[in-house]
This record gives sequence, C-alpha cells and structure tokens, in this order.
Amino acid sequence: MAQLNMVQAINQALSQEMARDDRVLLLGEDVGRDGGVFRVTEGLLERFGRERVLDTPLCESGIMGAAIGMAAYGLRPVPEIQFLGFTYSAFEQLFAHAARLRSRSRGRYSCPMVVRTPYGGGIKAPELHEESTEALFCQVPGLKVVVPSGPYVAKGLLLAALRDPDPVLFLEPTRLYRLLREEVPEGEYLVELGKARVARPGNSVTVVAWGSMLERVLKAVEGYDAEVLDLLTLNPFDSEAIISSVQKTGRLVIVHEAAKTCGFGAEIAATVAEAAILHLRAPILRVTAPDVPVPLAKLIDYYLPDAQQIRFALDEVLQY
Amino acid sequence: MPEVLLANFQTKRLEVLNEKGEADLELLPDLSDAEIWRLYELMLLARIFDERAVALQREGRIGTYPPIRGQEAAQVGSAFALNQKDWLFPSFREMGAHLTLGYPIPQLLQYWGGDERAQKVPSGLNIFPFCVAVGSQIPHAAGAALAARYRRDPVAVVTYFGDGATSKGDFHEAMNLAGVFSLPLVFICQNNQWAISIPLKGQTASATLAQKAIAYGFEGVQVDGNDVFAVYRATRQAVEKARSGAGPTFIECLTYRMADHTTADDAGRYRSGEEVSFWAARDPILRLERFLEGRGLWSPQKREEAAAQAAAIVDAGVAEMEASAPPAAAEIFDEVLATPTPRQAGQRKVR
Ligand SMILES: Cc1ncc(C[n+]2csc(CCOP(=O)(O)OP(=O)(O)O)c2C)c(N)n1
Repeated sequence: MAQLNMVQAINQALSQEMARDDRVLLLGEDVGRDGGVFRVTEGLLERFGRERVLDTPLCESGIMGAAIGMAAYGLRPVPEIQFLGFTYSAFEQLFAHAARLRSRSRGRYSCPMVVRTPYGGGIKAPELHEESTEALFCQVPGLKVVVPSGPYVAKGLLLAALRDPDPVLFLEPTRLYRLLREEVPEGEYLVELGKARVARPGNSVTVVAWGSMLERVLKAVEGYDAEVLDLLTLNPFDSEAIISSVQKTGRLVIVHEAAKTCGFGAEIAATVAEAAILHLRAPILRVTAPDVPVPLAKLIDYYLPDAQQIRFALDEVLQY
Repeated sequence: MPEVLLANFQTKRLEVLNEKGEADLELLPDLSDAEIWRLYELMLLARIFDERAVALQREGRIGTYPPIRGQEAAQVGSAFALNQKDWLFPSFREMGAHLTLGYPIPQLLQYWGGDERAQKVPSGLNIFPFCVAVGSQIPHAAGAALAARYRRDPVAVVTYFGDGATSKGDFHEAMNLAGVFSLPLVFICQNNQWAISIPLKGQTASATLAQKAIAYGFEGVQVDGNDVFAVYRATRQAVEKARSGAGPTFIECLTYRMADHTTADDAGRYRSGEEVSFWAARDPILRLERFLEGRGLWSPQKREEAAAQAAAIVDAGVAEMEASAPPAAAEIFDEVLATPTPRQAGQRKVR
C-alpha cells in the first residue's frame, strides 16, 4: 500500500471520483494550471480538462453561488476556497442558500456540493490564513462539516462527502497537509460521515479532538490511560460515541484550536451534560485557544493549545 | 420602434515617458529636477527594500512576503502625489507607497516577520493596516470618503488594489457607492496582470479595467504603470479633483509583477520566461534613468551612489527590526477590545 500524505490522499480521492462520476467538477482560484496553492488539485486539469477544472476569477461569493447553481442543476461541484478566512465573503451564499436550498424548495432542489478549504493554524502564514472558526458553520442547519485528521480518513471522508446528497464543508487542516504519511489504499473506500473514530482506546478519561489537534493530543496522552476520540464530522457529530466513552471513563477533556467562547467544545460539553452528567466523576474541561484573533506567525504557537496544556487538563480531571 | 443609441464611451491610456526615456513635454508633470531625482531615489529604495525582504525571507528571518519588483513606478508615482492629510487604504503589496510616505522600514519588515505590533501606523500618517483579504479594504475607503465629505475636510481618500480585486463584489459595491455619492475617492488599481496564477484574461472579459468606471458613472483612465510620470500626473489630477469635491476617479496602472506572487509561490509554473524578459526590458527604473541621463542628471556612478545610500537606509532598518524585542506572549490579548472581557482577562492571567 502506498504511503501518502494528506495532499496526495485528497488528490487521489478527487481524481478517482471525477473518473467515476462525470458530474463532479472543480472550481476555484488557482485550482487548475497552478494545481492549487497547496498543490492539492495538481494534475487534475491535465487529466480532466478545462470544462471540469475551472480556474475562476477572484470572487468567493461568486464561486460559492455558482456552485449552488451547478449543484441544483444536477452536477456535483467541488468549490475550493483558498483559505477558510476567505469563505467569510461567501457567507451569504453558504448560509442563506447552500444550507437552505433543500428546505427552501421543500425538496424540489438540493445542493450536493463539497466546499473544500484549508483550515487551522500553525503554518506561520499571513492574517486570515490560519482560521479555525468551524463552530460558525456548525450553527447552520443543513450544512455538514467534516474535518479529517490524516491521509487515510481524508480520502474516505472526501469520497463519502462527494456522494452525499447535501452540502458539505470539508475543512483540511493545513498543518497536517504534509506532516503525516499513512498507508492509503489505492482502491475506493468510504469513511462514513457523522461517525467518530476511536483513535486510541483507554479507560480513565475521554479526550475529544479533531483535525490538527488530534496529532497533538495523541502525543500528549502518552503515559495516560486516555481514550481519544477523533470526531471527523462536526455536524452532525457522533454524540453516541462520546457519551458511551464518557460513560466508561467518567471524565471528559475537549481539545480544539479555535477560541473558547462558543467554540465547538461548548456543544460537546452541553451534550454530555444533558445525556450523561451522572456518569461524570470530574468537571468537563476544555483546552482551547484563548478568545483573541488568531495572531500572526510570531505568536501563533502560543495561541494553539500545546501538549503541556492538554496534560494539565488531564491531570486535573484525574485528581477527582 | 427604432433602437436608440444612448451613449458612446471611450477609454484612454496616458503615457508620458517611453521606453527610451523620451518624455512628451506637453504631458510631463510640473516637477523640479530635485523632485524627479527624489522619485528616482524612492523607486530605488523600493527596489532595494524589496530585494532585501525577499532575501530575508529566504534566510528565514521574516515570513511570507509579496514582492513588488516591477511595480515601483506605480506605487511611488501615485503615493508621491498625496499629502500627509490624505487617507490611504492599501492592500498588501504597496510597500513602495508606504516607503514614499515615510512608513518606518523596521515596522514594514516586522509586519512581514509576523509581528502585528507593526500594524500600528505612526501618528501623522493616515494609513490603514495591510489588508490581506483581497478587495475588502475598498469599501472602507468609500466610508472614509463619505466621512471626509461630511466633515468638509479637503482630503482625498486613496485605495490600492490589484487586478484580481476587481472581480470581488466589494470592489463593485465600493465603486457604486463612490459614483452614487460622488465621493472624494481615488481608486488605484495596480494591474500587474496576474492574480497568483490567473492572468488578466482569466479575471475579466473587458478590454481594460479602466472602463469599469464608466458603468459606475465616473472617470476611469489607464496609465502606463511603468511610467512614473504618467502615474504621478494621473494621480495628482485625481487627488486634486477629489479634494476639490469633483468626485471619484479610477486609475488603472498597467504594470507587471516581475517576481513570484509571494515567496511561497513559484511563478515558473504558470507563466513563460519570455513574458518576464519582455517586461524586464520595460523596467520602470531603467526608463527613468534614461530620462535622467538625457537631462545630464544620471550616470552609472550616480546610480551606485544612490543605491548605496538606499541600501544603507534598508540595512539600518533591518538592524533595527532585528534588534527589537520579540513580542511577549501575553500581547495576543492586547487591543482585542478596549476593555477585555472577563474571560479574556482570566485567560491572560493563566498564560
Ligand atoms: C478574498 C481573498 N481570496 C483569496 C486570497 C488569496 N490571494 C491572495 S493574493 C491573491 C491574488 C490577488 O491578485 P491581485 O488582486 O491582482 O493582486 P496582486 O497579488 O497581483 O497584487 C489571492 C487569490 C485572498 N488573500 N483574499
């Protein structure tokens, strides 16, 4: 089996699905000739031609809105937004239209598209290039939000997203693009949306993470009897997996790289409080970034939760 | 019913200085030899600053940097037409304009080094922070122009952006506001012909960018952006028009990005070497040198001296940038709100 990084795994998923289904096409800034600023779509223009790999003008709202029209028409567009921070100007299209097309038309139209975008911090890039505002998007009913944590799941989740009948926001943790290599089967396989993965079994505390934090959490929990859940899909998220793990361990730590207030950790904590509060032996703790804008390169490492902060939280809940 | 012809439009290009260094004396702006020499020094400073910034990035001493090589005439020529009271809303690729207006070099480098303290514009300069989200600064300029008019301040508001930005809704919304309210606003588009890998014809089907102003009801002009005199002349007229209350102007500076899009980019993937050499022969600095030489004001030795002087200024800036203390971790909490939220205050304490 080939050892691929996440860029290669995503490229392979796109390429295979485009070969299988001629409704799938890509559009976005620099996705064609340049192969995308992270080279994720490299070679796809050569393979599938200009009608299926569209280099667009610089217009996020236009890209998103056009993708909605294409999807309603029966295609499966994959718009790429160059960085999560640049989806903000496409909010209206995403929130008011992509997420609601099915309900606004009472099922007459739907919006099967996958919005791909690099996400998260730790690459020392300019402003708005390291955003992790995933929770904003989870607040919108009708939009699925997926965050792979490595090459293997990235391929399977993307194939599943491409076949999903509804719009999916596919957040690609930029820091992981080339950090990890894993065995990725050449053939097709799906990783079901909405299901979490036990990244490491354990008994004394449940740690929930996703995206680039997973890698950090797995390092931090060495020496602890911690069960690590990799959420993979944030909306809809696998509350059952979290609850049953907490029922077993009695403790919960949530780690995310977004700011704390109204971060997705709050949703998880509330869900566990609703469903399993009597199983808890310790307060639920969140290890998150502080409530400040993502800083530029000089202080980004200070913004992101680190292994030590994660271990402090584990030690604290384990005292109970 | 006959079809009625409602309007006819024209778009013009202003050129003053040709590639041989010959100027149209009718159009040559009214500048003293000393001022022209100053333009030359500033363009050299911008070039040398840029070369140093790229080298610093390669050495890992600053972060990703967007080079301005080839755009010196467009930036210096336009900024030279402004005065201290005018307001500037830049994108992220106008270091030549910043240098012209006296923005401190250590701060420019510090910003590209990833230190946001550098964004605090020195008092006395009305410059907005660099804006990385393409085109999103343009409506801010419209707002400042509305405010200036409301206050009856005789200032011009100037905003800079690239050809790619003209595809954004923000650009069109701001252009429309400027036209509807007849704002004291000057739009300076540096058409360097590429938006990362997308060439101009992948950005727009219109023959010029200047003509876009026609649709919004005000004047648009294209200027040779490698001709510092044409840029200066057009900008000067536009800011005077703005200050006098006669409304907005759109200036398209037709220039070329000779370098990669940023230090994280490889332009060799999408454009030809011939195209780059074609433009290298039209280098804005060479052109001004030929003009100055024709007037007996330039020699290779004078260039050496001016370049050495610029290099010394940049070196001093680099040294000062590198001598400045790194930001303290707790500074991420600074200036987020006038009064930190209780949670922010608590988070700051435990860090
Ligand atoms: C809204 C937004 N989308 C995408 C990007 C990524 N990006 C940075 S610069 C750039 C091209 C900009 O082209 P142009 O406006 O012509 O300016 P230039 O960089 O050529 O000076 C792109 C796509 C961004 N910064 N902002």
